[in-house]
Amino acid sequence: MTDTALLNASVCELRQQLRDRTVSSEELTRAYLNNIERHNPALNAVITVCSEHALESARRADTALAKGEHGLLTGVPLLHKDIFCTRDIRTTCGSRMLSEFVPAYDATVVSRMKAEGAVMLGKCNMDEFAMGSSNETSFFGAVKNPWATDCVPGGSSGGSAAALAAGMAPLVTGTDTGGSIRQPASLCGVTGLKPTYGRVSRLGIIAFASSLDQAGPLAHTAEDCAIALTAMSGIDAGDSTSADLPVPDFHDALTPDIQGLRIGLPREYFNDDLSGDVRERVMTALSVLEKAGATLVDIELPHSHYAIATYYVIAPAEASANLARYDGVRFGYRCDDPADLEDLYLRSRSEGFGEEVQRRILVGTYALSAGFYDAYFNKAQQVRRVIAEDFQRAFEQVDMIAGPSAPGIAFPFGVKQQDPVSMYMEDIYTLAVNLAGLPGLSTPAGLIDGMPVGLQLIGKAFDEQSILNAAHRLQADTDWHTARPNLGAMTQ
Amino acid sequence: MSWEMVMGLEVHLQLATQSKIFSGSATTFGAEPNVQADAVDLGMPGMLPVLNEQAVRFAVKFGLGIGARIGERSVFDRKNYFYPDLPKGYQVSQFFSPIVCEGVFDVPMEDGTLCPIRITRAHLEEDAGKSVHDAFSRETGIDLNRAGTPLLEIVTEPDFRSAEQAVAYLKALHSLVTYLGISDGNMAEGSMRCDINISLREKGSDALGTRTEIKNVNSFRFVERAIHSEYERQADILESGGTITQETRLYDAEQNVTRSMRSKEVANDYRYFPEPDLLPIVIDEDYIEGIRATLPELPATKRERFISQYGLTGYDATLLVPNHSVADYFESVVKAGGAAKPAANWILGDLSGALNRAEVDITACPISAEQVAGLIVRIEDGTLSSKLAKQVFDALWAGEGDTDDIIAARGLKQVSDSGALEAMVDEVIAQNPDQVAQYLAADETKQKKLSGFFVGQIMKASKGQANPQMVNELLLMKLSDQS
Repeated sequence: MTDTALLNASVCELRQQLRDRTVSSEELTRAYLNNIERHNPALNAVITVCSEHALESARRADTALAKGEHGLLTGVPLLHKDIFCTRDIRTTCGSRMLSEFVPAYDATVVSRMKAEGAVMLGKCNMDEFAMGSSNETSFFGAVKNPWATDCVPGGSSGGSAAALAAGMAPLVTGTDTGGSIRQPASLCGVTGLKPTYGRVSRLGIIAFASSLDQAGPLAHTAEDCAIALTAMSGIDAGDSTSADLPVPDFHDALTPDIQGLRIGLPREYFNDDLSGDVRERVMTALSVLEKAGATLVDIELPHSHYAIATYYVIAPAEASANLARYDGVRFGYRCDDPADLEDLYLRSRSEGFGEEVQRRILVGTYALSAGFYDAYFNKAQQVRRVIAEDFQRAFEQVDMIAGPSAPGIAFPFGVKQQDPVSMYMEDIYTLAVNLAGLPGLSTPAGLIDGMPVGLQLIGKAFDEQSILNAAHRLQADTDWHTARPNLGAMTQ
Repeated sequence: MSWEMVMGLEVHLQLATQSKIFSGSATTFGAEPNVQADAVDLGMPGMLPVLNEQAVRFAVKFGLGIGARIGERSVFDRKNYFYPDLPKGYQVSQFFSPIVCEGVFDVPMEDGTLCPIRITRAHLEEDAGKSVHDAFSRETGIDLNRAGTPLLEIVTEPDFRSAEQAVAYLKALHSLVTYLGISDGNMAEGSMRCDINISLREKGSDALGTRTEIKNVNSFRFVERAIHSEYERQADILESGGTITQETRLYDAEQNVTRSMRSKEVANDYRYFPEPDLLPIVIDEDYIEGIRATLPELPATKRERFISQYGLTGYDATLLVPNHSVADYFESVVKAGGAAKPAANWILGDLSGALNRAEVDITACPISAEQVAGLIVRIEDGTLSSKLAKQVFDALWAGEGDTDDIIAARGLKQVSDSGALEAMVDEVIAQNPDQVAQYLAADETKQKKLSGFFVGQIMKASKGQANPQMVNELLLMKLSDQS
C-alpha cells in the first residue's frame, strides 16, 4: 500500500493489515506523524503531537501482533480531542487556563482505547472548553477546514474532524454536548457518532455541561465508529451516570439489512428554514435508504423550537459551576502578582478564559441566581422533559429519526463570530438530541459547492446499533463517505 | 423588660466513614497537610464524585435514631461560592430534597424531665478544606485533608428557650451518634460543630425577633457561654431602643464576646441546582428495615430501662446513659453481683473522679467491673465500712488485686465482734474520766457532740477497722451505765 492509500484507509482495513502483518504499527504511526507534520501548519488541527510516546506504543503493539495477540484497536493510531485527560501529556481543553496543565491520570476513554491497543498520536484542537460551533474560540487559534482553508471545520470537535478529514489519523475522538461531534463531522465530510448519554464514561473528560456531555468517535465509516464505540463504552465505577448495561460488539452486530426500518422525518426539521440544497442532499440520502427497504414516515417533534433556548440555559448553568474550579489557586493559569484574593480570582479568570467561555459563565450564573432560578433554570428543566417526551412519542411510531446534521455547509471564518445567536443556530438540529440523551450520528450525504453535507440519524436510547446499521447501509450503497479533500490545494 | 430567647441549632456532624463521601481518600484526623486529598478532593479537571454508601447508611441510621422520616428520593445539589479551601468552587450538599426529613428528638434534662426538640431536616454534604493563616508570613496555606469528609447537617426548629436546653440537646445528640457509631462526636477536633441561631422577644410574645447566627462553636461550655453573651448583647441593644442586625457572628472564647463576621444582607447567593454528576439516592423500605435491624439500644430506651429495671433515679440514669461505655460498665457491675444503686454511686463518684484525674477512658479503666462488684458486696455484707471501702478502692486502682485480697493483705477487715469492741470501748472510757464526767453533765444535744470524741478514739485504737455503727451502740450503752 502506498502512503496515500494508508492515509485514506479505514480503521477496519488497517486493523486487518496489522493483523496480517502486511504493515507494522510503527510504519503506520510514522506515516500519520509525517502527515500531521505536513498538514498541521496549514490546518492547526492538532495542539500536541506526542511522537515518542506514539512510537513506543506502536512498537509495543507490533510485539503483541507478532505474537498473534491483539485487542480491538491494537496498533491503530488515533488522536484524542484535547478535552480527554491524558496522563503525563498536556491537556489544554483549548484554553489558556489549562495551557500548561498536565494531568496525572487518563480519562476512562483514553485508558480503554489504550487497553485495546490504540496508539495515541496526540491531542486535537477544539473550541475553548468545548464552547463553540466553529473552532474559532480556541486559545491555540482557529482550526481550518481541509476542504477549504478559509472556512471553519465546525466545532467544538473541529480539530478532531479536520485532522481525520486530512488523514492525520484514521480515528479520532470527540465530545458532543450540543452537536460538537455531529456538526463538525458534517462540515468535514466524516462519520461522527454521539452515543446515548451514559454509554461512555465521562471520567477524565473535562466537564462542560455534565448532564449533556458525551464522548464518541469520528471516523471515515460507520463500521469504524462501531469498532471504536465498542472499545470506548461501558459502565465505569468512577462515573455514577454511566449506564449499567451490557455493551454489545457493535461491529460484530453490524448489518446492512435495513428491511422494514421505519425512519421518521420531523416536520420541524424539514420546514422552510432548511435550505433547498441541504434538503435535497438529505432527501437523496434518505431515498437510498428507502430503496434499501426502509420506510419514511412523517412525524412531529412539536417542541423542537424550544431546544436552543432550553439548551442555552441548562448548559451554561452547569458550566458556570463546572468552571468555578479554575480559580488560579491550585492548578491552571494564575495571574501575575495578585494584590489580594479577589484580584487573584478576577484576573486569573478574566485572563485565563476567552470571551465565549466568559459569556456562558455569565449567562449560567444569571440563570441560577436568586429570583431567576424558577424562570430560567427550573423552566428549562421542565421544557427539557417535554422535549424528551416528544422523542419518546415519536419512537412509538418509528425506529429512528432522520434530518440534517447542520443547517448548511462550512462557513467562512468570522462571519458568525460576532453574532452568538447565529452561531448557536448551527446546532439547531443537534441540541435536542443531547437534551433527550439520545444517540445521534452524522454521515456524509454528498457535497454542496464542493463542501460536505451530513445526514443525521437519531436513535432510541442505547440503540446505537440501528443508526450504525443504517449509516453502514448508506455507505455500502453510496461513495460520499469516501470523498476526501484535495490537500494539495491547501494554502497556509 | 423581660426577654425570652428563641434558638434553633445547626449541627455539622462528621460521619465516621473510612473514606470520604465522594472519593477513596482516608478521613483520619491530624494527618500531614494534603496527604489525604486525591484528584477528586482537589477538584482536578475531569474528576467525578462517587457516593460513599456508608455515608448514606449512617444518615439513615441517624434518621431512624430520632424517629424521623427518611426521604425516599433525596438529591444532591451544588452550592456555589468561591473560597480558596473549596476546591471545586461549589460544595456538594442537599438543598431541595434532604435524606432525613422531619422528626422529634426527646432531650433528657438534668432534672430527669424530657424536652422535645423538633428536627427540621438532616442532609448529607461534603466538608471544605482548611485555610491555614498562621503557618506562613504574608501567605495562606490550604490543607485539603478535610475536603470531602462526609458531614450530616442537622437542623432544628427554633425550639430552644435556654442555654441549658441547647447544651442538653448537644449532649444528647453526642450520645445518640456515638451509640449509633456514626460519629465520634468530638467537638474539639471539629467532628461536631454547632451554629446557633438566636433571637430575643418579649416574654409572652409569639412573634420572632431578628436573629443572629453564631458560627462554629466547638465545645459544650462555649455554647453555653456564647449564648449567654449573645443574649446579653441583644438584650442591651433592644433595651436601649436599638435593632438587631441579621448577621453571622463568631464567638471569641478568650474575651467571652461574639463578634460580627459578615452581614447576611450582602449574603452570598449560593445558586443551588441539582448536582448532575450524581444520581438521586433512592431508598426503599427494605433498605430502611435492614438498617433498623442493626440499631443498638438507644440512649432514650436505655435510660427508661435503667429506671424500671434497676430502680435508679432519673437523675442517675441520665448521668449513666450518655456514654455507652459507662452504661455498659454499670451493667457489668450489676451482673457481677453489685447492687445497682451503690454501683451507680461508685461509678458516678469515685470511679469517674479517678478516671478524670488520670485522663483515662472507662474502656481502659484499671479496675474491672467485677472488682467494683466485689467491693460493693463487701460493703453490703458489713465487711467494709465506707471509710475502709475508699482505701480498698484506691488499692484496686493501684492494681493490688481483688477486694478480698486487699482486705486480707492489709488486714482491713471491719471489726464487728462485740466482745472485742466492748473491750475497746471500756478501755477508752477508763482512760478518759474527765470527758466521761463532762458527758454525763451535758444535756442531750451536747451529749451527741461529745460522743463523737469517744467514737474517734475508738476508731483510732482500732486503726479504722471497728464497725462504727456497733461502736456507737455499745458506747451509748456503756456511757449510760456510768451514770
